[in-house]
Amino acid sequence: MKRILLGAGLGMAAALALTAPAQAAKTLVYCSEGSPENFSPMLNTTGTSFDVALPVYNNLVQFEYGGTKVVPGLAESWTISDDGLTYTFKLRAGVKWHSSNDFKPTRDLTADDVLFTFERQWKPENAYHKVSGGAYDYFNDMAMPKLLKSVEKVDDLTVKVTLNTVEAPFLADLAMPFMAVMSSEYAQALQKKGTLEKIDQVPIGTGPFQFVAYQKDAVIRYKAFEQYWGGRQKLDNLVFAITPDAAVRLAKLKAGECQIMPYPNPADIDAMKKDESIVVQQQEGLNVGYLSFNVTKKPFDDVRVRRAVSMAMDKKAMVEAVYQAAGVPAKNPIPPTMWSYNDSIEDYPYDVERAKKLLAEAGYPNGFETDLWAMPVQRPYMPNAKRIAEMMQADLAKVGIKAKIVQYEWGEYRKRLQAGEHQLGMMGWTGDNGDPDNFLYTLLGCEAARPGGNNLSKWCNKEFDDLVVQAKRTNDVAARTKLYEQSQVIFKEEAPWYTVAHSVVYVGLAKNVVGYKMDPFGVHRFESVDLK
Amino acid sequence: MLRFILTRVSLVIPTFLGITFLTFILIRLVPGDPIEVRTGERGIAPERLAALRHEMGLDRPMWQQFLDYVGNVLHGDFGLSLITHNSVLGEFLTLFPATLELAMCAMIFATLVGLPAGILAAVKRGSAFDHGVMGASLTGYSMPIFWWGLLLILFFSVQLGWTPVSGRLDLVYYVEPTTGFMLIDTLMAGDYEAFRSALGHLVLPTIVLGTVPLAVVARMTRSAMLEVLGEDYIRTARAKGLADNRVIGLHALRNALIPVVTVIGLQVGTLLGGAILTETIFSWPGVGKWLIESINRRDYPALQGGVLLIATSVILVNLLVDVLYGVLNPRIRHAR
Repeated sequence: MKRILLGAGLGMAAALALTAPAQAAKTLVYCSEGSPENFSPMLNTTGTSFDVALPVYNNLVQFEYGGTKVVPGLAESWTISDDGLTYTFKLRAGVKWHSSNDFKPTRDLTADDVLFTFERQWKPENAYHKVSGGAYDYFNDMAMPKLLKSVEKVDDLTVKVTLNTVEAPFLADLAMPFMAVMSSEYAQALQKKGTLEKIDQVPIGTGPFQFVAYQKDAVIRYKAFEQYWGGRQKLDNLVFAITPDAAVRLAKLKAGECQIMPYPNPADIDAMKKDESIVVQQQEGLNVGYLSFNVTKKPFDDVRVRRAVSMAMDKKAMVEAVYQAAGVPAKNPIPPTMWSYNDSIEDYPYDVERAKKLLAEAGYPNGFETDLWAMPVQRPYMPNAKRIAEMMQADLAKVGIKAKIVQYEWGEYRKRLQAGEHQLGMMGWTGDNGDPDNFLYTLLGCEAARPGGNNLSKWCNKEFDDLVVQAKRTNDVAARTKLYEQSQVIFKEEAPWYTVAHSVVYVGLAKNVVGYKMDPFGVHRFESVDLK
Repeated sequence: MLRFILTRVSLVIPTFLGITFLTFILIRLVPGDPIEVRTGERGIAPERLAALRHEMGLDRPMWQQFLDYVGNVLHGDFGLSLITHNSVLGEFLTLFPATLELAMCAMIFATLVGLPAGILAAVKRGSAFDHGVMGASLTGYSMPIFWWGLLLILFFSVQLGWTPVSGRLDLVYYVEPTTGFMLIDTLMAGDYEAFRSALGHLVLPTIVLGTVPLAVVARMTRSAMLEVLGEDYIRTARAKGLADNRVIGLHALRNALIPVVTVIGLQVGTLLGGAILTETIFSWPGVGKWLIESINRRDYPALQGGVLLIATSVILVNLLVDVLYGVLNPRIRHAR
């Protein structure tokens, strides 16, 4: 009996060996940093979770590979009505859906799928609205429930979206991960089986890679989707090897166990750059870390004081000491990778004497006392706020300003800053949709200056506000660029913030990886990547 | 014997309640609830925060949440993870075999190396070997796991290329999990190449996780052996002309083993604690890594359930050790 079993085992092994995929298949292994919560980007807020869904899904419109420009996706074209309220999207014909063991699509992409994507997040009566604890943070954060008036199917390949107000960044919002288009046919099939939550665990999309399997906390496998509308990928397989420790990710890259690794330790970057077997790519993150001057409180209501403080602190030293390789000094409120970044603006120099003079002019020849709030957590744009606060404190002491560092638990900290309780408060922002509006209007507009709003300086400058509101109300990118460039000039003159830094993010690549581009939004995309 | 076991089991109940209560309270003392930790700079509207809290049942009084939780657990319901919305028990059972496989290998490694080393050190007391073993075990005991793991990876995996850096199986193999134990699953699939790969992936984490227990076992064996070797009956055995091997291997070892078995049982707790770090370094998809993530995401049900289930397994092992103890030492078995 034993022998027979053994024989059967060997036979099976031989059969397996025969059916095993040819080793020549091109497999790219990406050493990802963590486990996803699920595979539906509309449910999530973290880059780790977006990364695993991006290979599978497409949006109506998408960000060009490696940039923030919005380009056609599942919608091959669109028109915007003259009043800017109605968007009509023409869908690509013949877009195929992936299949799985349990689901074989019977039709191509239609307007129904687009409607389902909106309605799951929007309408409480949708059968999927509550599935997987649906909180839809981004859908709500981007104010979609307030903005959307209706989403209608005109015909199978035409969708009409009507808004309540004109919102120029709307297209960019649609390109964000949370608007990944899901299959309504798949949703219906799952509903029939009563396994609704599967939609978030076994993703069916239209994207370049098809989901194969996820072994929890270990490996996620994808294969190239043969019928991808954008053309079959050069890679055959894409594998995420979940590797939480940064030093181990680097070791895996060096040992050839993976070809791309994100988020190296800042301390390792110099060595990586010297290593011949590794290519290092870097890019400024879509974020800014800043110190907000509360202009409703004395003495920061006086622009001279704000300028004086800006000149009293040594930004370069701060960034070098605390960010090391992982940051660059910031002069504008928006990061350099964003369109309309005004590079002609000059930052306040580090000049203690001029700072003292300005303070004297403003009536504070001997300085004053202030609080200085530092956040208690590490954020992408600020690796150690406490340390920076201490450096600021030391610099300010030199011009006679006595700053007292204040800290609260993160949730509380944010709430109190939004309420405007601080005089000097550190904060930052990470961009959502790559649109300057997402920084300039959201963080510095008058509407956000209300108590509880995200304009922490409570700075409401009519001239600035007019520019950013006007830019919000037009869809002409060239005109918007001008308006935003101008607004940055006012920002610098009025100095409602002391801009500290933009983070710099890195990835390590094996020498044989070609065509990989870093994404300004901080996610990791693998379309059109190849291995030599 | 049955009565002995029953007494031991009845002692377990208050331990369970205590553990449940502690994990329940401790994770809630950490600032930031599951909703707040995922909110970024933008913050969250108070109405939405309240609605989400209500949905997760976090707005009810703490004592009520606790009683409900205990009630559900008694019915075998550990709840759903707040993050993945999968059953906590299901997630635990998927991941636990990986931890168990690693822990068992580490224990086997620690025993196979530690026991002979301890015996030899005791027999050759005062020799260079003795000093070597004791020095090495002290070093092993005090070595930080994280540093030790990275060092081994850099040397054996990156420099020499002998072992894989991390993971459980080479990515070219795909084995459908049936038992969850990679060594068994690969064998069941009849894929010997994959089995070898699984074995290769186990080497470094086993050494790293097994180092502390190895040191403890070696030291404990040595001192227990020394004590026993000084006993009268050993002298008697020697006097009646028994071979050295027989005296040591049979008469001395059996008695010396009693404290060693206890220590091995106690090490299971240490092992599971160490597994959390070891799994993080070696990207080992076990419960340790899962628990860390649950803490970061304030996934209360996953964390509570995970800790409780791990505690259960530690308690079970200790129970087993106590029973084994009885087998080894009749005095305990018959004590009333």
